[in-house]
Amino acid sequence: MATLSIDGVEYEVEEGVNLLHAVLSQRLDLPYFCWHPSLGSVGACRQCAVIEYAGPDDDRGRLQMACMTSVSDGMQVSVNAPQAADFRSSVIEWLMENHPHDCPVCEEGGECHLQDMTVMTGHSERRFRGRKRTWRNQNLGPFIGHEMNRCITCYRCVRFYGDYAGGNDLSAFGSRGRMFFGRFEDGTLESEFSGNLVEVCPTGVFTDKPFSSLYTRKWDLQTAPSICPGCAVGCNTFPSERYGKLRRITNRYHGELNGYFLCDRGRFGSHFVNHEDRIQHVGIAGNDGVFEYGDQNKAIACVAKELGAGANLIGIGSPRASFEANFALRELVGRENYCAGIKDSELDTLAESIEVLRQGGFAVPSLDQVEKCDAILVLGEDISNTAPRFALAVRQATRIVSFELAGDAGIPVWQDAGVRGHAQHTRNPLFIATPATTRLDDIASRLMSGSVSQLAELAHTIAEGIESDPAGDEFANSAARSLRDAKAPLIVTGSSLESPDLVRGAARIARALQRVGCESHLAIIPPEVNSFGSTLLDGGILLSDALSRMAAGGSAIVLENDLYRRAGSDLVDEALAAGNCFTIDSLATTTMSKSECVFPAAAYVEQTGTFVNYELRAQRFFQVFQPTGEIQPSWMWLSAIARASGRSEMAWSSLGALVQACAKTTFPTIASVAPTAEFRLEDGSKIPRQTHRYSGRTAMHADVNVHEPKTSVDTETPFSYSMEGLNPGNQNGATIPYSWSPGWNSNQSVFKFQQEVGGHLAGGDPGVKLIEVPRSCSEDADAERPQGSPSSTVDNASFALVPIHLVFGSDELSSYSWPIAKRTPVPFVLLSQIDAQRLGLQAGMGVKVAGGKESVEVGIDARLAPGLLGVPTGIVDWIETQETQVELEHDVDFVSTSKSDSDVIAKG
Amino acid sequence: MSLQETKPMTGRVEEVGGRVSLADYETGGGYAGARRALREMSPEEVIELVRESDLKGRGGAGFPTGMKWSFAKDEPPTPGSKYLVCNADEMEPGTFKDRYLLEYNPHLLIEGMIIGAYAIQADRAYVFLRGEYHEPYKHLTQAIQDAHRKGYLGSSIFSTGYSLDLRVHLSGGRYICGEETALLNALEGKRAQPRSKPPYPPASGAWGRPTIVNNVETFCNVPSILRNGAQWYKNLGVTEDAGTKLYGVSGRVNKPGLWELPMGTPIREIIDIHAQGMREGYQLRGVLPGGASTDFLVEEHFDLPMDYKTIQSAGSRMGTGTMILMDDSICPVDMCRNLEHFFAQESCGFCTPCREGIPWVEELLTEIESGNGKEGDLEILDQQAAYIGGPGNTFCLHAPGAMEPLQSALKYFREDFVEHIRTGKCPYRKGRD
Repeated sequence: MATLSIDGVEYEVEEGVNLLHAVLSQRLDLPYFCWHPSLGSVGACRQCAVIEYAGPDDDRGRLQMACMTSVSDGMQVSVNAPQAADFRSSVIEWLMENHPHDCPVCEEGGECHLQDMTVMTGHSERRFRGRKRTWRNQNLGPFIGHEMNRCITCYRCVRFYGDYAGGNDLSAFGSRGRMFFGRFEDGTLESEFSGNLVEVCPTGVFTDKPFSSLYTRKWDLQTAPSICPGCAVGCNTFPSERYGKLRRITNRYHGELNGYFLCDRGRFGSHFVNHEDRIQHVGIAGNDGVFEYGDQNKAIACVAKELGAGANLIGIGSPRASFEANFALRELVGRENYCAGIKDSELDTLAESIEVLRQGGFAVPSLDQVEKCDAILVLGEDISNTAPRFALAVRQATRIVSFELAGDAGIPVWQDAGVRGHAQHTRNPLFIATPATTRLDDIASRLMSGSVSQLAELAHTIAEGIESDPAGDEFANSAARSLRDAKAPLIVTGSSLESPDLVRGAARIARALQRVGCESHLAIIPPEVNSFGSTLLDGGILLSDALSRMAAGGSAIVLENDLYRRAGSDLVDEALAAGNCFTIDSLATTTMSKSECVFPAAAYVEQTGTFVNYELRAQRFFQVFQPTGEIQPSWMWLSAIARASGRSEMAWSSLGALVQACAKTTFPTIASVAPTAEFRLEDGSKIPRQTHRYSGRTAMHADVNVHEPKTSVDTETPFSYSMEGLNPGNQNGATIPYSWSPGWNSNQSVFKFQQEVGGHLAGGDPGVKLIEVPRSCSEDADAERPQGSPSSTVDNASFALVPIHLVFGSDELSSYSWPIAKRTPVPFVLLSQIDAQRLGLQAGMGVKVAGGKESVEVGIDARLAPGLLGVPTGIVDWIETQETQVELEHDVDFVSTSKSDSDVIAKG
Repeated sequence: MSLQETKPMTGRVEEVGGRVSLADYETGGGYAGARRALREMSPEEVIELVRESDLKGRGGAGFPTGMKWSFAKDEPPTPGSKYLVCNADEMEPGTFKDRYLLEYNPHLLIEGMIIGAYAIQADRAYVFLRGEYHEPYKHLTQAIQDAHRKGYLGSSIFSTGYSLDLRVHLSGGRYICGEETALLNALEGKRAQPRSKPPYPPASGAWGRPTIVNNVETFCNVPSILRNGAQWYKNLGVTEDAGTKLYGVSGRVNKPGLWELPMGTPIREIIDIHAQGMREGYQLRGVLPGGASTDFLVEEHFDLPMDYKTIQSAGSRMGTGTMILMDDSICPVDMCRNLEHFFAQESCGFCTPCREGIPWVEELLTEIESGNGKEGDLEILDQQAAYIGGPGNTFCLHAPGAMEPLQSALKYFREDFVEHIRTGKCPYRKGRD
């Protein structure tokens, strides 16, 4: 620690950090632009100037850029000295020479860092008499708007996009006062992290295009803390609402998980909430299959009837529904009738994963810990598509060595350009063994491709190489060596290949590493937001059993699930034709269209609940706004059904009661995931969902009624549906409804909510681990190498199918979000170059299963092994089981319908 | 004394009466210095000798060369572990001294670089050449080929076991490439914008490796030091600074040009004797002593010797030592406007004061020069010159350099600025109207 004197007041700060970091960590105000806590310092904007004094006798001092100055013990600086303040004001004056005065029509207005900094420095009078420079903007695709005239040339966009996230289609062009930031030509930004440009840009150059089409000022948005439903990382988000519509998703800082960044599935994938096919009312299918809406009681009675004496009603849950809703369903139908609603082979893998985690023998890293893992093996899972934010953390982890090298050369770790320039392409070991190309391949030390069984074999070979001497191939040996030599090695796998063997193999490596003295880490990435939550509820029956029972005439409640995504359509057709199906869901799925009764369920932003992420961290998401029509949270429908069927013990009157019951039966800690409805701030107030500048309450509904509607009373959460109350910043980290602080209207205000810049939230990072994974375990836990040699798939006639997960298109909910749909590729399959050549196929041609009807486009993957056929999950439903072999034939009549927007990222 | 002993860089050119070929160069004792260094001296001894000679960098900053070299020698040499770079990106307005050396005596540079590379134990060296220097490129690449053929470059030079690969990189353009870290970025294929220092290139330079960057003229001083010793070299200067210097004059003199003279030759002597004085009808008003990015010197300074220290204490910099003269027919406002136009054009665009500040200055000067200046404009100019030119206010020294002629013009020729604004026209325009 160092003692730093700022304007005569002494502070204890960390030594060696940059001065700007130190000043902001004391929650003092100091304007800046080019610096970013995750991107480090480059000294471009010259905005954070302060005066540094040589000693007590120095009364003149020297102007220094705080972001480029190391803090040392006894340092004396002044932020308020007139020379520094004048210079900072002058920097704004320079930036304002060319910045348009278009704030009233700019999407950034009201949450603009440039506005804030301009006000903070006091610059207000224009002296520059020249013309403003102008640009032609680019069409950057469906996600990002571009307005270059607003650019203040801070270089943050290219530093995030290229240096941090590995994108290579956004650059700085030109020089002098004619710097242009964009693509070399118009076109969709390729990176799946492009949406962060909106938050990284300190002004309105890069804007959220879907938000622009349904625009509202930040101060008029109603927000609450939420969790992204896009994957199992559990990134924290701020969904925002106005007039009953979801407007946008922005990042909610979490010190251990997402930090400052989200992926584009998370940012743009929630517009399904506004989907026109959302059903608003309870429906009962008539004889003609058309739903009659409006008779809620009749529909409830219909289901309740099935719960009568001798009931055998099946409950099919869902990994995209909340833990509480799944729990309520399980309680209602009984464990022996409850099914997690997950494909058998996937559930098998998930159950194995939970078992592996219970036994332990390693640590499960949060994303900030991933960034400290100095050697990484990615086994089987294409995390760049199944958990993009995790992959972004892996990308940062490969830079650990660059900080070490910089340290040796006397370059401060925060001096970003210096660190990168010094390390050049030196990176930490990253080994990637996946069936096909991934978007981390560019930074991998070694790559390997293979079938699922070959990858599982590889895992055991690497584990043996760590336990004894490396005796595998180059990849296995070098991975074993690098992992063993690492301080904190990490193995990443997942369930997208639906291979329990792979998970066991990965666990064996992690445990072997722990035993040789490493701080070993293992992350198993499940496919959906609450896959682990569903699995932990320990369903009684398999989905195949549930479907057979339905096919035999059994009835089922289907909770937020489209069975057609979980099992072959023949099986589901048969089940739905024979058995009665009562569906509770937010979207009009195929399953819903074939149901007897449908109940409109709240989307995640319209309700409060809990999701369990890959770390088994339970996190609470809060209702952002109240749904319209008869829509209500699934658990409320289940409670109503319970009440109607006389099961009053399951008729929960409030979420709090449900959570209590859940805690009693499942994990006690679930009750302490976040504060309850009784929570009040010190002054007794609730936390407001609306900002204190929320406007137009009396006018919002003026077209209907001039009376201001009575504010709803929230009895379920610590939040209020009003602007009254406080958002002090140091309250429980799970209860921050938006990021705002006096003078800091933009998202940059987040430092006022942190313990130190880039650190944990002042009130603690949200979430509670449901199971603490033990660091050590007995050797009995280790899996043996699977018996039988891996099947050699090279058989000229047929292909083994391997699932390919895509960030845009493979996830169910986000595929209903219109911006994501624009980026979803047309149906395609991936072939190896060798197989394509053999079959005379080229990319863009059509191909179909021999004898089949539906043709899809051919894609060629450079890494896919011959004999494998990559089939994109959620886009082409050819996969029944792992073992399926198909034969292909060329469809000469096929016409490619690829859209340019979706082609951009599709295939890895 | 032979010509080469008084003019170690250009003496041989005069003796030969034109371009110095490899044969000419060797006949005049060329490559003896490199041979001596590689065969008879350790790298440490070479550095020590250069340090003793008091040779200072001729690129403009005047940093002691021997000391610079010593920063890179600690690192153990492995292949590709260090680089030697010659900064031949001569883009300073009014400066053409390196061009002369490159075109007329390229082997002198090659020999100097062999010695430098050996001293720091680099096995790869680059000449970063100004993009427009087509002629020098032709002669330098020919000379490198010739030297290669003789075994003076490549593997085991002079059969000593020491190898050096010397390559020429033709710049894509931009003045900022003359800034050594921007040069290194450009050499790596990146945007030519300067790097933050520290790290300095001797610690982390090209491709993150220890790198020494020296100017063409600096290297060209080295061979004779090896041949004739440090004391001889020191004695060449007439003031405190050692050696000879290529001084140049451009402007309305009778004989503009370039001369190798003892370091410390007085300004007036360079102008009146070597450039043969002002052309008839023109009075000298000001001198930019070392290129466009140095402060004006005026009448009271003309008797000063041109060396690093003296010019510095007169409030300017010797820079490249190639002067630009301003006579009484030239409007100081217009001259500043022209210079600031250049500097605004050549800003790399990285930091705010330079990118946005210099164009504002240019805009103001344009307004004043064209008679549209307003009251208060001079105060803005003063403030801008202080804020853009202040030490540490900008990322690199481009912007402070850009402010040097302006701030000195505002000091020495303020009357002209005031007159423009007061009368709403440029008094120098009468001839042109």
